[in-house]
Parts: sequence; C-alpha cells; structure tokens
Amino acid sequence: MADVITPRGPKPRRRFSRTNIMLYGTLIVVAAYYALPLYVMIVTSLKGMPEIRIGNIFSPPVEITYQPWVKAWAEACTGINCEGLSRGFWNSVKILIPSVILSIAIASVNGYALANWKFKGSEVFFTILIVGAFIPYQVMLYPLVIILRELGLYGNVWGLVLVHTVFGMPILTLLFRNYFTSVPEELFKAARVDGAGFWGIYFRIMLPMSLPIFVVAIILQVTGIWNDFLFGVIYTKPADYPMTVQLNNIVNSVQGIKEYNVNMAATLLTGLVPLIIYFASGKLFVRGIAAGAVKG
Amino acid sequence: MTSVLVKDLTLKFGALTVLDNLNIDIPEGEFLVLLGASGCGKSTLLNCIAGLLDPTDGEIHINDRNVTWEEPSGRGIGMVFQSYALYPQMTVEGNLSFGLKNARMDKAEIRKRVARAAEILQIEPLLHRKPAALSGGQRQRVAIGRALVRDVDVFLFDEPLSNLDAKLRADLRVEIKRLHHNLKNTMIYVTHDQVEAMTLADRIAIMKSGIIQQLDTPTEIYNRPVNKYVAGFIGSPEINFFEGAVEDGAFVTGDTQFTLAGYAFQGDAANVPAWLGIRPEHIMSGDAARDLPVSAEVQIDIVEPMGSDTLAWASLAGVPIRIRMDGQAAVSTGDSILIGFDPARASLFDKTTELRI
Repeated sequence: MADVITPRGPKPRRRFSRTNIMLYGTLIVVAAYYALPLYVMIVTSLKGMPEIRIGNIFSPPVEITYQPWVKAWAEACTGINCEGLSRGFWNSVKILIPSVILSIAIASVNGYALANWKFKGSEVFFTILIVGAFIPYQVMLYPLVIILRELGLYGNVWGLVLVHTVFGMPILTLLFRNYFTSVPEELFKAARVDGAGFWGIYFRIMLPMSLPIFVVAIILQVTGIWNDFLFGVIYTKPADYPMTVQLNNIVNSVQGIKEYNVNMAATLLTGLVPLIIYFASGKLFVRGIAAGAVKG
Repeated sequence: MTSVLVKDLTLKFGALTVLDNLNIDIPEGEFLVLLGASGCGKSTLLNCIAGLLDPTDGEIHINDRNVTWEEPSGRGIGMVFQSYALYPQMTVEGNLSFGLKNARMDKAEIRKRVARAAEILQIEPLLHRKPAALSGGQRQRVAIGRALVRDVDVFLFDEPLSNLDAKLRADLRVEIKRLHHNLKNTMIYVTHDQVEAMTLADRIAIMKSGIIQQLDTPTEIYNRPVNKYVAGFIGSPEINFFEGAVEDGAFVTGDTQFTLAGYAFQGDAANVPAWLGIRPEHIMSGDAARDLPVSAEVQIDIVEPMGSDTLAWASLAGVPIRIRMDGQAAVSTGDSILIGFDPARASLFDKTTELRI
C-alpha cells in the first residue's frame, strides 16, 4: 500500500460534498424565490403597454422604455392631482427627517438614563414603556385623533411626526438601553470621578462609542416610517400624504386602464429608499444588532 | 492629620446589609489596603468613599471636610479601576485631560500636568495613541495617570492589578509602591490578593460580610491575627489548625499535648475549648526542631517542591498539616522526620467566639 496518505496539515475538504450541494441548492432556490418578483417588476416597468399585453411576464423587454418611470415620478394622477409620485416623495422626506431625528434623540437619552442613572421606579417605568410596544395600534388610532385635534396638530405633518416619535419610543428605548447596559459600568464611574455630569457623559463618552447602535436605530426608523401607510393616511390630509399612500392611490385607481408598467415603476420608486439604506449599511446593521444583544 | 474618616458607615440594598456600621480613620499619607474575599464589601466601601454609591447611613470626611453629599469629582479623589475604564475614543492625552477639561482648567496648566504625569509613569511615547493600541500594563499606567493629573490628596484603587498577568502584576505592584513613596499621598487600595496587601500596605483592613475583622500593620496581622478567620485568610500556604482545649498551660488535642510555654495570652489563661493555629513556615524540621518546646516524629505523606521552598504534608495528632521547608530540603514521600514549633509563634482562638486568647 504505497498510496496511503499520512494525515498532516489541514484536513482536505471536498468541494462538492453532499452537504454542500444541499446547502447551496437550498440557498439558490430561496434566493430565486425572493429575487423573481423583483425581476418581474423591473422588467415590466421597462416595457411599453403593448408589449405587456402579450403576456410574457418573464421575458426581458424587447424595446426598453423609461417612459413609465417618468410618468410614475412626475405625471401619474391621483384624483385631480397629476404631479406623479414626486409630491409624495417630498412629503415623505418632510415627515421622515424630523421623525427620525426626534425619536432617536429622545430614545437614546431615555435608554442612557435607564441604563446608567437608575432612579427609584426606573425599572417600573421601563416595563411600562415596553408593554406599550405590545398594545395594538388600532386601539390607539381614535384616541390619538382626539389628542391631536385638541393639540391643534390634526391633519398637520407635525402631528404625524409626533405619532411616529411616540410609537418608535418603546423599541428604540429598549435598543439603546440594552446597548448602554453593555458599556462597562466602570467607564461611567470613571467619567463621574472626572467630573462629567449627565450630559457630559452622554455626549462625550457614550455617543462617540455608540455609532453602531445609532445606525441600527436609523435603519429601523427610516424603513419603518417610510413604509408606514396607516398613520399617514389617518393623521394627514391629502396634500400631505406620504409616498406610500399616494402609491396606493395611483395603483388602486379604478378608472381608466391599468398601466402595469407605471405601477411597477411607482412601487420600485417607493421602495428605493429602504433598499438603499439596507445596501449602504448592511454590515453596520448586523454589527449593531449583535452589539446590542450581548446584555439585556 | 486625618486624611479620610469613615464614620458609622452603613449600606443596605433592600434587606441585604453590605456594610455594617464601619469606622475607619486613615491618617495622611497612609497606604491602606482593604483585603477580603469577594463579596465582603471592600469594593462597596471604596465606592462609598468615592461617592459613586450613596450610603444608607453614616458620614465620610476627606481632609476634615464632610463630603458625604459631595459629587465624586468634588471630593478630591482620583480612582483607578480594575478594567482600566479608559475612554476608548480618546487618545491617552485625551483620557488624561478629560477631568481637567471638565474642571475648566486653562490649557497651559492642563498641558503641564499631563506632561508631568506622563513623565512619572513613563508613558510619554504613548500620548497620541488610543487605548485599544496599548497593552494591559500600559493601559493601567494611563489609568493611574488619570488619577495623577487631578493632583488629588487621596488615591483610590479598585483591584487595579487583577486583570494583568502574574509578571506584570509584580512589576506594577513595585511601581505603585514607588509611586506612593514619592508622592506620599493617602492611598486606599482594594484587593483580594494577600501578597499585594502584605507588600504594599502600611495597614491592612481585613473585611468579612461588611465588617472589618482586623485593621493593623501587615506584621501584626500576620503574627497576631485577632480571630480564626483572619488567621486562615492571611498566609499561603494556609495556617494549620488543631482542635482541642487549653488545660493548665498546655494545649490538649486527642491524646496529644503541646506545651504552651512562652505563648502570650491576651488575658489570663483560662481552661477553654480552643483552636491552635501554627503557620507552615513556623514548623521547623530536623536539627532546628530538636530544641523547640514542641516536637514530634512525623511521616511525610506528600511533597510539593516549588523551587524556592518545599511544602510537605504530614499528619500530626491526627490532623493533616503543611510544613514549609527549604527549597533544597531532601525529603520524599514516606520519610520519617522530626518536626517542632515554638508555641510563642502559634495563635490560640476560643472555640465558640473564635477570638484570639
């Protein structure tokens, strides 16, 4: 037996083992399952209506046209208004930016206070806040309408900003509290000995250390608020409708012919912001989630 | 002059009493070590002195000023933590100057103090590095520097060497001792390592369940422990205990009798049930044992050679005992040797109160 191999060095691995084929096979099937609708949408949005009527939804466009995208962005009609989705886009931006900044600013300070400046009843306070996350939104819709009316914010973009800020609070506070709890307590003590106060420690010690968790919070809030439909349709008036509501109004209009290519383009346009966020920050997102999960 | 005065300090977490009516008076320039097993309240006491924990009752005075309600930064203390607790996003220089900037000190003075601290601790080449780029020993030096720049009267150390490996620990221990010698500040040092306590301290406070068992010089604690717990806690290898009774100037355990000639009783020698403790290094062997008041022939069970010395296990009066011998001693398992000790170096503790008699 001359060809006996003495085991030495790294153990050789077969590339096409049964496990690998199973593993990659499953992954490819699942990936295709998720990618296929996206493919259909992109392809359809680049076709003209005559080509769509032929009915080959999987075939690539014979003649590429960007007209549906232009129409979706600038010309599609909702009711008597024919400015396309662009108005909804800017409305969404106007709602999104203050909501994200406000909710994260408040929740991070909340989480920091709950993690590091325990006061009498802080645990009870935290529990109540978390329970808030489990109350279905539907229960609060009507009371909120009344509250906003009394505050004079009903039908106003700022009313919606307030609603988003409040509803983001439980989960964001939990996120930040868990992250700040994982920061060694001695660091906080050292800063106190060094004479830093509540805000000094927050801004100069905690904030610079917590970029990953802020990225996670931004992603959660941007996607959550951007994708919101319910609050947008209830608490604003048509002129301020966010993009999602406008998309619905374009796609679900019952009059006239259904322009599938325009609908697809409009949907893709609406989904673009969360998509870009995910692609741009995927790595930081995973790191932040993992960092927050160390201690609870 | 008193530097730190702890008066009737009590701390409770709900029903749990962590510190029980503590009183300590620390003179200026003293190096006091708080020593105890984990959970004895030594770190809690240090945190109370630092102002990081609010006591349930009692007062803390630093430099004759009642600072019980003061913020940590207003107490004139600097603190060094076990995990170094350096601010990760700041350079070494930023770490050193953070406290001074908070105190709104002018820039020239900050630079001067940072330079001085860096020089004392020999960390000048590291000033522009981040903590992540430092080794454990360097980090702890920076942490000490952070206390140093504040030019405080009292230094608090919370197990500062426990995260370091054995060699670095020994090096930094000497350095802390040298630092104390040069600065002559009051230092309070928490540790569970008795070698650190013995080598560094002017006085050691041995704590157990929130109560100070003994507060005295290392020599006194080692030679004349006030109770059985202290005797067992200090000393490595551990002290040997015999259970028995004092009877008319002798200690009787089973059929064996040790004379107590030369033992300095605390008061009158009463005949009571007692423990007799004798340290392994106070048991002599061979010729040295011959003339001692107590001597006996024993058989060696196990030998643990450690280079510098050799630890032998034997049985005396039915109790397994440790005998510390010279590192070059030629003994092996099964040998029969003569051992002996001087009762003057032993400690007797009352069986019920466990206090020294």
